[in-house]
Amino acid sequence: MATRAARDLPTEEFILPGSRSCAACGLMLTYRHALKALDPGKTLVAVPASCMTVLHGVYPITPVKVTCINTPFAATAASASGLVAGLKAIKREDYTVVAFAGDGGTYDIGIQALSGALERGTNFMYVCYDNEGYMNTGTQRSSASPAAAVTSTTPILAKAQHKKDMIRIVEAHRIPYIATASPSFPLDLFDKVKTAKDIRGSRYLEVLAPCPPGWGFPNKDLIKMGKLTVECGIHVLYEIREGRLRLTSRSLVLAEKGRKKTIADYVKGQTRFKKISKDQIDALQQWTDQRWEEFLQRHNRG
Amino acid sequence: MADKIRETVMAISRPAPGEAGRTGDWRSYTPVIDHEKCTGKDSCLYCWLYCPDGVISREFPLEIDLEYCKGCGVCAEECPRKAITMVE
Amino acid sequence: MADVRIITANEAAALAAKLCKVQVVAAYPITPQTPVTEDLAAMIESGELKSEYLTVESEHSAMASVVAASQVGARVFTATSANGLLYMHEMLHWAAGSRVPVVTACVNRGVGAPWTILNDQQDSIAQRDTGWIQLYCRNSQEVLDTIIQAYRIAEQVLIPVMVCYDGFILSHTSYPVEVPPQDDVDRYLPPLDGNLGIIGGGYMNVNPLILSEPRLDPNSDLRPGYMDIRYRLHEDLRKALDAIGQADKEFEAIFGRGWGGLIWEYGMVDAEHVLVSMGSLASECTLAADELRSQGLRAGVIAVRAYRPFPDAALSRALRKAKTVTVFEKDVSYGYLGALATDLRSALFDAGLTPKVCSFVAGLGGRDVRPEQLTRTAADAILKQPALGWIDLKGIA
Repeated sequence: MATRAARDLPTEEFILPGSRSCAACGLMLTYRHALKALDPGKTLVAVPASCMTVLHGVYPITPVKVTCINTPFAATAASASGLVAGLKAIKREDYTVVAFAGDGGTYDIGIQALSGALERGTNFMYVCYDNEGYMNTGTQRSSASPAAAVTSTTPILAKAQHKKDMIRIVEAHRIPYIATASPSFPLDLFDKVKTAKDIRGSRYLEVLAPCPPGWGFPNKDLIKMGKLTVECGIHVLYEIREGRLRLTSRSLVLAEKGRKKTIADYVKGQTRFKKISKDQIDALQQWTDQRWEEFLQRHNRG
Repeated sequence: MADKIRETVMAISRPAPGEAGRTGDWRSYTPVIDHEKCTGKDSCLYCWLYCPDGVISREFPLEIDLEYCKGCGVCAEECPRKAITMVE
Repeated sequence: MADVRIITANEAAALAAKLCKVQVVAAYPITPQTPVTEDLAAMIESGELKSEYLTVESEHSAMASVVAASQVGARVFTATSANGLLYMHEMLHWAAGSRVPVVTACVNRGVGAPWTILNDQQDSIAQRDTGWIQLYCRNSQEVLDTIIQAYRIAEQVLIPVMVCYDGFILSHTSYPVEVPPQDDVDRYLPPLDGNLGIIGGGYMNVNPLILSEPRLDPNSDLRPGYMDIRYRLHEDLRKALDAIGQADKEFEAIFGRGWGGLIWEYGMVDAEHVLVSMGSLASECTLAADELRSQGLRAGVIAVRAYRPFPDAALSRALRKAKTVTVFEKDVSYGYLGALATDLRSALFDAGLTPKVCSFVAGLGGRDVRPEQLTRTAADAILKQPALGWIDLKGIA
């Protein structure tokens, strides 16, 4: 049963105010609602070196009411595997293990440990909060950065390659649950985390988390930017259960009514695309349209 | 005892508000709610829903915790009734 | 009747882990450690050992997962060698900083490049400064016994322990090993205090970012900065010298065998010329010492069992009457001497002792070290000035 209104969400906040995350942080909003969907008293979170480390605060205070272990960058899913095995060994399987890593920690340095954990069918949830770059270290390029984005390691020519199709890699492990989400659609995000929580085996969620300083848009536009990622189709909201893809939330509506927003609309409000050419916009549009068609076909196939 | 051993030999943080201090100091603009426009009747709670830092109350009249509000302006931007304005 | 089996050190290591009732094993195969992981897998799959087994995709993940499982409160084990240990390097630091009682077997093997699968101790020596306790074993019985002791030590001082033994020389060679009764092991090593884990202790963020300076906690108590936390690790490692000695003494009281605690001594009562080594090479040194004695030189042997923390006081005490100290080791700090010789000289200097200390690098990448060579080299070191610090180099101009 889908959550329909804000008032249906749990009232308790698990992130106390006064955290170190940037104003208008897409990750912060994501984590806020994800924790509401989890049962933080019975959850162990594993976090690599990332914006998430900063969010979790500087010793000896944390703003987050959950038990979290920090792990080295490459180790997130392996540490989560250890938590799962340890909990089983001490007979505390009532806990849910959730890994939260960024795109760098997932697409790049953490992919080996993630693949290992998924292949072993580790009973855990892995949330990749994708902000499309190494934002914590100052907006360097990752394999999740979109084509034509200026980053601090593609400062002059901008990124030449398209974003890695990480979900296909994840899907190749044939895990029971995969979903995408956006902090601009918190109810959908909440429902997916809740759904994933109750499934056994490996669950993977990918949240495209807009990053105002990294992408170059005004703080106040956080929600609008997240919505635009979905409206233009560069980010698609769906669930894949046992191989069956189902569009959800706004993407489901767009599937019925058609998309109106274009990549040109999407890129113009972000300084990271300040160097994008007409050809690059066309290429990104084509890339987006092609993926959208694939999702549509899979959705319609049921 | 275990707690004691743990906390003396390794780095373990405990939850508390204001980890980064009074983050309200980060603010350049302050959100002000017009309670005549936002009465609580049929209210959407979008500001509460979208506030990244969760510093807006869910009870009416809505209150913003200005000690910690970072002033991002998301609430004002998303309010469908334009009941929140950002003032200097 | 004692249960004596003809087994390899790898089999002894796996048996020891089983006797310690480890609850989570994570391992990635690498020669010559592989049989340890296979034996444990068979024990766990057959139900002989009730434990979780994570067939991880790398050594980095092996160490990451046992660290996390240990943080939850489970007793954990892993084993590796050579490049596998190097791949764990980041996680070794993390384990020590996390103060988890992880026990790891390191089946010593030379490090590439170029590739060698044969023995030396460069792999574990290269992990010297990770904050782990390192214990080196001379034979398979010591491997079995030391792994049992390692849990006792690790769980007492909350510092991970690496039990090192020589690849192939011990790992793949069968010797009689007495397998202690489970009841005795249970008496020596009670189950891990589950409360040590992070479960049920309230919300916590473990190993967060830390400042250089102390900071107040939510109760307004001042908490240490990074350097202070790291000092605690260093201080506790120094204190672990006592714990290592004590663990061996208590082991001896129950099992009737001890291994010398921090250092093992042979013929040291009246020795003037001491051969110092680690691992199986120390056993070989006893043959050289016997030969030197037959040549009229009062020789003895010290095997450094605990390399970190470094037993400087024990070594200085044992070497106070030594005229020469000849160090044979299967590692080198490239650009200087063997690591053990360097540390030993430093300890003797601090103790105001000035024997002639000669450093010899031997047996890298599995090159055979014969007792006659040790005898000849030690005799040269005792009687003249030795030339080169590397033994038995061949084929170089």
